[in-house]
Amino acid sequence: MIYFDNNASTKLDPGALSAMEAAFHLFGNPSSLHAEGRRARRAVEDAREEVARLVGAEPAEIYFTSGGTEANAMAIYGATAERGGSWVRSGAEHPSVREAAPGVPGRVVDPDPSGALDAARVVEAIDPGTALVSVMSANNEYGGIFPVGDIARGARARGALVHTDAVQAAGRVPIDVRALEVDLLSVSAHKLHGPRGAGALFIRKGVRIAVRTPGGGQEKRLRGGTENTPALVGFGVAARLAGERLLHDARAIGQLRDRLERSILEGISGTRAIGAGQPRLPNTSAILFEGALSETLLMRLDLEGVAVSAGSACSSGTLAPSPAILALGFSPRQARQVIRFSLSRDNTAEEVDAVLRCLPAAVAAVRQKADAPGPEAAAAAARSSR
Amino acid sequence: MRIAVAMSGGVDSSVAALLLKREGHEVVGLSMQLWDRSAETGRTSRCCAIDDLSDARRVAWALDIPHYVLDLQEEFAEKVVRPFVASYLAGETPIPCSACNSKVKFATLWDRARGMGCLAVATGHYVRKATGPDGDRTVLRKGADPEKDQSYFLWDLTPEQLSAARFPVGDLTKTEVRELARAAALPTADKKESQEICFVPKGDHAGDFVREHAGAMGLPLPTLPGRIEAPDGRPLGVHSGHYRFTVGQRRGLGVAASERLYVLSVDPRENRVVVGAQSELSVREARVEEMRFVSGQPAGPFRARARVRHRGVETPATVVPGEGASGRVLFDEPVRGVAPGQSCVFYDGDVVLGGGVLRVNVAAPPRTLNS
Repeated sequence: MIYFDNNASTKLDPGALSAMEAAFHLFGNPSSLHAEGRRARRAVEDAREEVARLVGAEPAEIYFTSGGTEANAMAIYGATAERGGSWVRSGAEHPSVREAAPGVPGRVVDPDPSGALDAARVVEAIDPGTALVSVMSANNEYGGIFPVGDIARGARARGALVHTDAVQAAGRVPIDVRALEVDLLSVSAHKLHGPRGAGALFIRKGVRIAVRTPGGGQEKRLRGGTENTPALVGFGVAARLAGERLLHDARAIGQLRDRLERSILEGISGTRAIGAGQPRLPNTSAILFEGALSETLLMRLDLEGVAVSAGSACSSGTLAPSPAILALGFSPRQARQVIRFSLSRDNTAEEVDAVLRCLPAAVAAVRQKADAPGPEAAAAAARSSR
Repeated sequence: MRIAVAMSGGVDSSVAALLLKREGHEVVGLSMQLWDRSAETGRTSRCCAIDDLSDARRVAWALDIPHYVLDLQEEFAEKVVRPFVASYLAGETPIPCSACNSKVKFATLWDRARGMGCLAVATGHYVRKATGPDGDRTVLRKGADPEKDQSYFLWDLTPEQLSAARFPVGDLTKTEVRELARAAALPTADKKESQEICFVPKGDHAGDFVREHAGAMGLPLPTLPGRIEAPDGRPLGVHSGHYRFTVGQRRGLGVAASERLYVLSVDPRENRVVVGAQSELSVREARVEEMRFVSGQPAGPFRARARVRHRGVETPATVVPGEGASGRVLFDEPVRGVAPGQSCVFYDGDVVLGGGVLRVNVAAPPRTLNS
């Protein structure tokens, strides 16, 4: 299996796995005062330090959650409920942001068709009633990196809080909450080779948000619920490794991605790379294959042992066109022809070669399927049938 | 060989996948999401529901084959559901399963499967394929189990569609299929059969569906009430939608009479339903359109045994192809309950020669048994 779907989830790092295996034995409740509880507490707080370091925050500003979605919901619900008013977001946000504030009036600023988001347009959308601006650090579908720092400075001047969903960016490009000047920032463990089910929200010291899950008062009364010690331990190790390896990995992955993308664009006609030429994550390439239904291409590649993604999955297992791609101004038909390749440090040059070998025939077959029925293949199948 | 199996979540397609897997093929399970029933909150129906998709997925897990769900709702609405509603409003009784087979399953699904590199597409239908008498063409045969034969729903495949199709359970009886499923511990082994139209909510009449969906499809509904009349025009009662009636129908007419009355014809233009005695139901001739010959094009008029409804009797007949894809079927004996919109399927023994869609008989008034 060649796994090029790392924006969906990544393989757990072996170091994180072994740390987690040990942490499963830390069965105490981190809130308990006894020795078993203290051991678990220490493991959780060590993890908090690692996550804080990855994004340039103080450990006291890191609040653990069950993942990116919960962190986004906590930030957006918390800020809008605390302050009242409206919010502003980009049109390329993940559903966990898009759907986080039902009933709260919002304004949406789309990126332009090049993939870039104009910071000035976002800032202009802020008015005195705007409680929060939420703009992702990097887009999950095509990897576009948005000017969160510029937006945050403009928003600050206008009195709005700023949240950024850094789930795709953290561990892939340098993230520093001080340089970005954001108030709230979400990260997720499983996009950086940590486990699923762990995430964190950075809340700048002094920023108040409404509490969504008070419960037993954990996470300084902002997020009740007994801490998931093994998952947070895995998150901590993964965050540390991601930080240590970031510059090296980003360069190596970027070279693989660039070669994959360049070879596809040169070798297969009717293709274009979405968001290329604008600031982008080094691991992501979203390619529009004109005339090829991406869902079928995904299935075909899966049968060949290559995992990619196309659009957003529905509960029934079908695919809808990606909202982010639509937000760039592509038609629904075009949005159904986009395949996302997202790489990680686990991928190799040989895997890129293998994908480049099987892709042209796969694309040709998927493009051809709209023709009249009855190709040679069907006739051959008939001859060999009962 | 890489083969797609259209998996409905029922036992028949489950066993189809099982048998192909045992033959050593690379089997790919494909399920279709056809109709969104989220609007029907609190109502459940069979077939296209998510539960069936998850049954198909469980079978795929058990067989260790890849399984994908294809969202074919647009195709299904356009090629099956809208024509279904339009046909009822035109006074006919359509067969949506045929349209689904030839225009969605063996069309869009097969297209997608080919894109995935599949060389054939299999279903759980009880029909068989064979080589024709001249040795160079494939013919469609009835299933081996006379109780389960589904050839009546597959006559309108093109020869190209037939050549790509595989029917692994066609040689088996339903009992054998269930035994195979049980022996392989497939989760669908004892699943109940679905008989209803998959997109019509359970317990509803097709007419309810027509009334609910015609407006959204831009198809005008007739004004109510309409008239129920005797063949001579004598008023006998009123009806709540001519699309609720099918030629040959006896129950639910809401007309009191000394003799048993049957629907003789449905006339959408005059918004009336004509009822009469059973003897008046019989015809010696029927007009068919959209004729297709899955097992090979005939040179001219030919003899066949004709069937005008699923599980109906076969009547010896002469089929006379006419202009385009229309033609006439001359039955050797009178046939009752020839309902426009239903299929007329032509057989030679157990070979399906082809068929057509029955249309209103404009040529001749109903003839009695004595004519």
